[in-house]
Amino acid sequence: MPADVAIATAKVLFALFLALQIMGLGVFFERKVSALIQDRIGANRAAIFGFAGLGLVNTLIADPIKFLLKEDITPAQSDRLLHFIAPCASLVPALATFAVVPFGDVLALGGRLINLQGAELNVGLLFVLAMASLGVYGVVLAGWASNNRWSLLGGIRGSAQMISYEVAMGLALIGVVLTYNTLDLQEIARAQGRLLWGWLPAWGILYQPLAFVVFLVAGIAESKRIPFDLPESESELVSGYFTEYSGAKHLMFMMSDFVEVVLVAALVTTLFFGGWQVPYLARDGFHFPWGTAVALPSLVVALLQVTAFALKVIAFTWLQIVIRWTLPRFRYDQLMRLGWKGLLPVSLANVMVSALLVLLAGRGA
Amino acid sequence: MTAPVFLLLAVLVVAAALTVVAHPSPVYSACALVVTLFLLSVFFVALDAQLVAVLQVIVYAGAIVVLFLFVIMLLNLTQPESRPTAGVPVVAVAVGGGIGIAALVAAALRRVPPAGAPALPEGFGDTAALARRLFTAYVLPFELTSVLLLVAIVGAVGLASRKG
Repeated sequence: MPADVAIATAKVLFALFLALQIMGLGVFFERKVSALIQDRIGANRAAIFGFAGLGLVNTLIADPIKFLLKEDITPAQSDRLLHFIAPCASLVPALATFAVVPFGDVLALGGRLINLQGAELNVGLLFVLAMASLGVYGVVLAGWASNNRWSLLGGIRGSAQMISYEVAMGLALIGVVLTYNTLDLQEIARAQGRLLWGWLPAWGILYQPLAFVVFLVAGIAESKRIPFDLPESESELVSGYFTEYSGAKHLMFMMSDFVEVVLVAALVTTLFFGGWQVPYLARDGFHFPWGTAVALPSLVVALLQVTAFALKVIAFTWLQIVIRWTLPRFRYDQLMRLGWKGLLPVSLANVMVSALLVLLAGRGA
Repeated sequence: MTAPVFLLLAVLVVAAALTVVAHPSPVYSACALVVTLFLLSVFFVALDAQLVAVLQVIVYAGAIVVLFLFVIMLLNLTQPESRPTAGVPVVAVAVGGGIGIAALVAAALRRVPPAGAPALPEGFGDTAALARRLFTAYVLPFELTSVLLLVAIVGAVGLASRKG
């Protein structure tokens, strides 16, 4: 029993570690990619104890230290309890979702097969949606508790936006569930290991291209970043729902946005791009379509899979940051039109067509 | 679920539920309602009903109460000027109703066989088993409920557009 508890703890900690490391890398991209896109050098001024040699890396260390040491101000007329709870309510659901995202297949260690997934939940995909819907509370409560009109406007915009895009997101996921016939993310990742015509990995993007587009757009909207940053929109609402936050609490709101970016990347990877699958890599090693087979120990296979998963997630994190620095912000009516008149009908049609195809094929793909 | 965990959760959920009705601020009441619904879903998990637990969070905690909060914030409802005071008849009805419900629950509990719950059938509470029941044995009530919801939506849109 103690071994089981230790393994379960280690898996959850590793999932969180992976998520937070990629988040740190995301901040690095945010600085560097934005500088490249805007043709400037980017942050290079931080010197720690007079040492500025590492440039941007220094900045990455200096940033959180600065946030943690700043004065934490609670406005006099605010609701103190809810003002305190809101940043936690924003960050916790985003981090908790990583518990069900698989980061590898199985690892054979000391006579046990360890499933490389934080928590094995047979309703994993619904858990993702549940946590996404709880994430709204951080925004709403922050907006209300600050007792500031900009904050309140940001909070109201945020809740309307997140509720609207959750609908399209959930319907896009139904297409995926129809394809794989399961709600368990690990099963979905495993099902993508099959080969079509003996050489093409059967990744979800081949079966559900529309669901991929809808899910990615809705996911970016859920993370409340440009072009969907209406709740924040600094040119109209100062900083929107977190105008009245400073120091570590402000950091928590920024972190939860970035964690959501990584989360969307991880979910897109798991649902549509094979998750931890490396093409032609099975549990006992590579089996290439031209007949060559390379046997590998379980540890090496698991390492390759975790690396592949991390690289795919990093790629989609990078994609979202490029989108963020390329597009302008939507107007509010454009945002609602895209959500309700664009994504919703498309995802409904996707569900209908997917269900019809599954029915004609006689079974899940 | 072990007894201490159950007791702790039970105390928390009752406290949260009391906060919903007793707190003067509507925003706090709504937040306490979220906590109540979330803790109830923990009970569902303990009863091997993971699907019901997750649906509880998605539908009630995640969607319905968010709309409550949205409306409270939009109308900027703060604490009411004067709280309506309940007259003696209202209190009497409330206390009588409470005692009645407690008596009913107690009577129902007496019929439940004592400890040693039967083993759960294979696949209990999982999505496939629940969906199969829902779309075979209970398909008519299920479809009727969806029609009812549709009628409610059409009615709401109709009422809203007539004003405008």
